[in-house]
Amino acid sequence: MVPGAPPPATVIADMWRGIGRENPVLVQFLGMCPTMAVTNTLANGIAMGAATTFVLVGSGLFVSLFRKYIAHEVRITSYILIIATFVTLADMILAATFPAISKALGPFMPLIVANCLLLGRAEAFAAKVAVHRAVADGLGMGLGFTLSLSLLSALRETLGHGSLLGHPLFGPRFEPWVFMVMPPGGFFALGVALLALAWIVELRRRRVRAVA
Amino acid sequence: MTVVHQHQHGAPVAVTPGKATPTWRLLVTLAVAGGLSGWLVVTVYQITRPAVERYAAQRVAGAVREVLERPARWDTLYLVNGALVSKAPAGPNAQELPIAYVGYDATGKRIGAAVTAAEPGFQELLTLMIGFDPESGALLGFKVLDEKETPGLGDKIETDSSFRTQFADRLPPLTGVKGHPGGNRNEVQTITGATISSRAVIRIVNHAVAKWRPLLQAYHAGGAP
Amino acid sequence: MSAAVAPALVVTASPHVRSQDSTPRIMWNVAATLVPIIVAATWFFGVSSLLVIAAATAGALATERAFGRGGTLADGSAAITGMLLGLTLPAGLSLWMAALGGAFGIGFGKVVWGGLGQNVFNPALLGRAFLQAAFPVAITTWPTVGGRFWTLKGDLFALPFTHPLPDAITSATPLGLLKFEGKGTAIEQLILGNTSGSLGETAALVILAGGIYLAWRGYLNWRIPAAVLLTVIVFSAIVHAVDAHRPDPLFMLFSGGLMLGTVYMATDPVTSPVTNRGRWVFGAGVGVLVVVIRIWGGLPEGVMYAILFMNALVPFINRATQPRLFGTRLGGAT
Repeated sequence: MVPGAPPPATVIADMWRGIGRENPVLVQFLGMCPTMAVTNTLANGIAMGAATTFVLVGSGLFVSLFRKYIAHEVRITSYILIIATFVTLADMILAATFPAISKALGPFMPLIVANCLLLGRAEAFAAKVAVHRAVADGLGMGLGFTLSLSLLSALRETLGHGSLLGHPLFGPRFEPWVFMVMPPGGFFALGVALLALAWIVELRRRRVRAVA
Repeated sequence: MTVVHQHQHGAPVAVTPGKATPTWRLLVTLAVAGGLSGWLVVTVYQITRPAVERYAAQRVAGAVREVLERPARWDTLYLVNGALVSKAPAGPNAQELPIAYVGYDATGKRIGAAVTAAEPGFQELLTLMIGFDPESGALLGFKVLDEKETPGLGDKIETDSSFRTQFADRLPPLTGVKGHPGGNRNEVQTITGATISSRAVIRIVNHAVAKWRPLLQAYHAGGAP
Repeated sequence: MSAAVAPALVVTASPHVRSQDSTPRIMWNVAATLVPIIVAATWFFGVSSLLVIAAATAGALATERAFGRGGTLADGSAAITGMLLGLTLPAGLSLWMAALGGAFGIGFGKVVWGGLGQNVFNPALLGRAFLQAAFPVAITTWPTVGGRFWTLKGDLFALPFTHPLPDAITSATPLGLLKFEGKGTAIEQLILGNTSGSLGETAALVILAGGIYLAWRGYLNWRIPAAVLLTVIVFSAIVHAVDAHRPDPLFMLFSGGLMLGTVYMATDPVTSPVTNRGRWVFGAGVGVLVVVIRIWGGLPEGVMYAILFMNALVPFINRATQPRLFGTRLGGAT
């Protein structure tokens, strides 16, 4: 790359894809387990999103870096090993920095290993492209994941606790919707988000048709 | 032979099929990956461990301070073979031993003991730290260390201070009553809508006091201050 | 022969013979039978009953109006959903909660599925299940029967999204008394409906009369209520015979929301099986689940979850109980 030249369009595109058109939660339906389980407060949603982003970027970097040396037969083993390493690191770092959030996320931190988003990106993307693109993709997917989780958890915390990031929004007389912070609230919030997304997409399609 | 796979996002990638890779290369790949991974995990573990242990100790200390009503200092006792000792025996299981904390006020007078106990609540294990006076058997209070009760209902055992504070000076075995208790020292009022969680707390407190009180009495009778 | 006289040949797809009963006609008939139940509820709980039912109905109608397909308001089904939901609620529930329940029942119980006839779950019960999960304390705060007509039974006019202030005399329902305190209730009291409970669970005889009328007019299929009630009687008689501390069949029959749920919600033609054998299976399933939840479950009452659970199984019941086509054997072989 020539110094000072603008980065190639692909890096930007790699990042945007995860945030928008190929959003892991709202479009690809990957990582549903943490999406349902830990989005009961915004802090938990952001922490899970950040941890997943860290693992996505880290594993993307290493998978891409060693892609020429990892033999085809042991690639899944190697990817899972790389992913599990970064999940363990994320778990330990979170426990040492935000113990309350680490306790709230509980077993769902180590369960990031089982998030198919990670192995999916390693196998389908990072193993096939240069390092900078793999990192950009991991960052984009991670941000998309974090944004979706933040959206759902903001909705659930607002209605279920009457607060955002622990700050009360509506005063002491607010009646919380207990259901929103319980497991069915996760399914409900996701359903509402998908409904809203489908509605926006439909509106845009109609506008395009009207113009044409 | 090399097969070329086309992928929509990336450039064509060379993938080598099975028979071309010798076994020793597979082993070396996995060994190097495992070694690197192990090195990274151990390094970060050593960096983060002090902070994690500090938080855990702070949590316990905070709970002991709360349930023993701000003791000036406290002793840590370990339950070994059915008796309490003040020094943990060496060995790998020392961390798993049940622990009682005996608190003293500034004049050196004994305030009471704090123990932890866990039993099923409404959904999962409910872990409490319970403070009581082993001599009279009266409660000092309790603190919820870990709960997975229903948010907004069962978690009132932790958030509803009028439920928590009524345990002070009560005399187990306790019974839970609905509405206003009649002033008996062995009655506490359950939370409306969270009867099961309230009764779980009462059950855990009763069991813990029944189990630990004779142990602590035996320890103190044995000449300890 | 003149071409002008030849009638045009009309070709239509079946059905060719239509009954005179249109959906609105059936719906308004059902609604009419709800009036005596609402009157009974008002007799027991005063003006609060009317307000709660009106709020639930208003929530349902407003949602149908806003999101339903054009013209679906007039078929009366949204009004029935609202009224039935209102009848499952306690008299002291804040009106904003009742209206929210009605809106949820229609919005997520019916409209998102594609409107009347497309939904899997009974909308009124879905609305109630939502309220039960969202506001578990408010919806199990049961005001005591009686008192002045104009005295409100709770903080009905709490501002939307705020916590209702506890200001009414409450008492446990017969099922709650049984489950949490081991106390029984006199059967005369249960049959007359002179007990604490939701608005529509206190008038078993009126509900039964409405059900018999609807079954006689052919607007509801008698097999479902018959199956539910028979199963409850037989199953609870067995349990009672094995352990006399368990409630007897009469208590099971006349306590809680069993009558209302059986007559008006289990029989919802959209969310119950289409074959007669399937209806027996469906009703028996509801009956078994009601007894199981009431006796061994964590909740005192189980009619709502029993019906919703069986609603989910309806497609499978339909498939398993398909009638034999003439000239074929079951299993598809000819």
